[in-house]
Amino acid sequence: MKVRIQYARRGVMKFIGHLDMMRYFQKSMRRAEIDIAYSGGFSPHQIMSFAAPLGVGMESFSEYMDIEIVSHQGGSAMREALNAVMAAGVEILSVRALPEGAQNAMASVAAAGYLVSFRKERPDFATAENLRRFYEKEEIPFVKQTKKQEIMINLKPAIYQLSCRGCRSGANVTEPSATSAGDIYMLVNASSSGNIKPLMVMEAFYREYGESLPEFALSVTRTEIYTREQGREDGKLIPLKEAGEEF
Amino acid sequence: MTMNQYRLALSDEILLKVEKPARYIGNEVGSVTKEKTKHMIRFAMCFPDVYEIGMSHLGIQILYDMLNRYEDVWCERVYSPWPDLDQIMRREKIPLFALESQEPVRDFDFLGITLQYEMCYTNVLQVLDLAGIPLLAGERTKEHPIVIGGGPCAYNPEPIADFFDLFYIGEGETQYRSLLDLYQANRAEGGSREAFLLKAARLPGIYAPAFYEVSYFEDGRIQKFKPVREDVPERIEKELVTDLSRAVYPEHPVVPYCKVTQDRVVLEIQRGCIRGCRFCQAGQLYRPVRERDVDMLKHYALTMLKNTGHEEISLSSLSSSDYSSLEELVTYLVRVCGEKKINISLPSLRIDAFSLDVMSKVQDVRKSSLTFAPEAGSQRLRNVINKGLTQEDILEGAGAAFEGGWSRVKLYFMLGLPGETPEDIEEIAVLSDRIAALYYDTVPKEKRTGRCQIVVSTSFFVPKPFTPFQWAPQCTKEEFLDRAYMTRSAITRQLNQKSIKYNWHEADASVLEGVLARGDRRVGAVIAKAYEKGCFFDAWGEYFKNELWLESFGECGLDIAFYTTRLRDTEEILPWDFIDCGVSKEYLKREWEKALHGETTGNCRDACQGCGAARYQTGVCMESRPQTDLSREGETS
Repeated sequence: MKVRIQYARRGVMKFIGHLDMMRYFQKSMRRAEIDIAYSGGFSPHQIMSFAAPLGVGMESFSEYMDIEIVSHQGGSAMREALNAVMAAGVEILSVRALPEGAQNAMASVAAAGYLVSFRKERPDFATAENLRRFYEKEEIPFVKQTKKQEIMINLKPAIYQLSCRGCRSGANVTEPSATSAGDIYMLVNASSSGNIKPLMVMEAFYREYGESLPEFALSVTRTEIYTREQGREDGKLIPLKEAGEEF
Repeated sequence: MTMNQYRLALSDEILLKVEKPARYIGNEVGSVTKEKTKHMIRFAMCFPDVYEIGMSHLGIQILYDMLNRYEDVWCERVYSPWPDLDQIMRREKIPLFALESQEPVRDFDFLGITLQYEMCYTNVLQVLDLAGIPLLAGERTKEHPIVIGGGPCAYNPEPIADFFDLFYIGEGETQYRSLLDLYQANRAEGGSREAFLLKAARLPGIYAPAFYEVSYFEDGRIQKFKPVREDVPERIEKELVTDLSRAVYPEHPVVPYCKVTQDRVVLEIQRGCIRGCRFCQAGQLYRPVRERDVDMLKHYALTMLKNTGHEEISLSSLSSSDYSSLEELVTYLVRVCGEKKINISLPSLRIDAFSLDVMSKVQDVRKSSLTFAPEAGSQRLRNVINKGLTQEDILEGAGAAFEGGWSRVKLYFMLGLPGETPEDIEEIAVLSDRIAALYYDTVPKEKRTGRCQIVVSTSFFVPKPFTPFQWAPQCTKEEFLDRAYMTRSAITRQLNQKSIKYNWHEADASVLEGVLARGDRRVGAVIAKAYEKGCFFDAWGEYFKNELWLESFGECGLDIAFYTTRLRDTEEILPWDFIDCGVSKEYLKREWEKALHGETTGNCRDACQGCGAARYQTGVCMESRPQTDLSREGETS
């Protein structure tokens, strides 16, 4: 049986890299005595996959991983067992069963929400009005640096929502409420084909006002990871956990 | 779930700039945080190397667990910041902090530093320096923590005596409570730092270097080593746990986030070794061998696996095959670990039918390799070092392994052993070739998956205190390298040379290790000078700066050869003679004599060899065995 686990990563845990986070959860499964399924072969490994790696330095209100289990005592028991063995800063928020044949977490990712805040003071040009104007542009060009070359891409189609905290502008999901950190909220494409990073948007915004984005100026928190309803390209964006059901 | 109540000592910006920030944030599962109280003793336990190395050390895990069981103590961990962070901390004047509370180490009551290898000595200075603690013990005041060293290198504490207030000689489980009680009492009565050190110096196993002085002959040898006051002991006897089955052992070891060297549950099955290999310091320091009860080990194995979630368990001991309930323990582990998909690693196991059977169950035969440590190529030289492994043992083990499907063999040798000749070196190549030939004789063509792989590694022999070779001359750098080249060329002359790969080390570090291992108090000035010039992380090849060390010796007017290549007279006062490590000097002399004549000595189970450790009335010394005539001589000296 496939299970989708939603968790938050806060505080000092943001300094743990993706591979270490995976190792952390593998050990957590053993500590919580979850009856997780293993691959065959001489060095069996737990069947576990993550929706979207979270960069070092980023906190998140909502991350996902899928695991395959052999037996269980129900979703809430599993959530409690896992929470009992977590390090401070990681909290299991929900454990849901995925229907037979459901897309795996990584493949189903369509979008992600982010809160971006200014570590020090907010620059003068970063007003709600300027952000709105920036977002209303037909095209938002961005030079993407790859290992081999520079490519010019247009960020605009990948930005589904961009607003100052408290402002709302036409999008199909609501902005998460309780946050202490966010100054700017954005919802962007996070799918394997067209994903962009929140700092790309911010860099383009700074450029628009003739500034370059200083290193460490911003801190970013992921608020949620979304999939398309029923996997359809034109489906509504829904949080990944909604693909599963309580059990 | 509660959020970490402690603010990180490093800013986000710094943590995102340095390699592996997970080294510096604490918060690991199993780490201990406590509510601070006024009468609490704050103890910082340090392994002076990078986190991944330090976190892999069992001794610290044991002491961390033990000290945190005391209600009035909070023990935290400290490791050497890697050079990238080191530079930032110096530039931004960020004091070294302990991982759990993230608070500066200089505000702690104790800084305990484990000394596992000599090449970490400059890192001891790095830790003190970054913490803002004066490097010289004599310059510290009541504002500073008591700096106490322990571990195997504390058995010759003299080269680093200037930097420590105290040394703990022997196994840590026994005296810490008394030491902490003295500290509490002294603090309550407003006693001075010196008053505490003086009281501590009278505890068994505790050495306070400030109360001892050394004088030298003109030729550099020690003339006299003595206490400067009458109320401290002349000799310091090592501490040892008499009942390991009842000793504290961690049930909740700290689980690191990043991959560390020893990323597994470590089960110490016994302490000490019955085999008196003459080059081996651990084999003498931890005498007599003491086993842990097999039921205790089963309990701890399960508990630690459950509490850590580790996917591997490793047995730890100097010679696991000598543990009397090994078969019972391993059979049990294979069963329970198989169910839980947990790997078992079995280092230091003699290769025989039993171990091959076990290994074929717990590892992938095609991918794993077998390890033999003959240490010397010829039987003659193996007799000199009393390594009881014969060519027949090796060939028999390798043959059985090849039949079982293994095709990779690792061989470990030492170069520069006392009395080594070109013929002994030649024999390294011949033995390796014989093993390769055995593979082609044993495994029919259709079953081979290509060539067999024999990996030969040599290290350079460094004589250590409290071994029969403590008087032996060490090779010069040139002699070491000559021997490595001889080994290489001998291997290339073998028939099966294409199946043999040869690795050897740089020689400079081995020469320095030799000085630090057998050095006296004067060497401290060289260490300080080398640190001042920028030496640290000397155990890491890429950071080892030999030329700065050579300059430092020159500027301090000390001669490397005096400490390394000189044959010491058995009557000479050695810098570590004031320490009683449990085995007598008479016994070591006897073994040195026998080595020079190529005579072997049986192991502790064959017969008591009268080393002197029987006075502890524990372990193998309490088993009924034949006595040798020499035993009395050994015990009374």
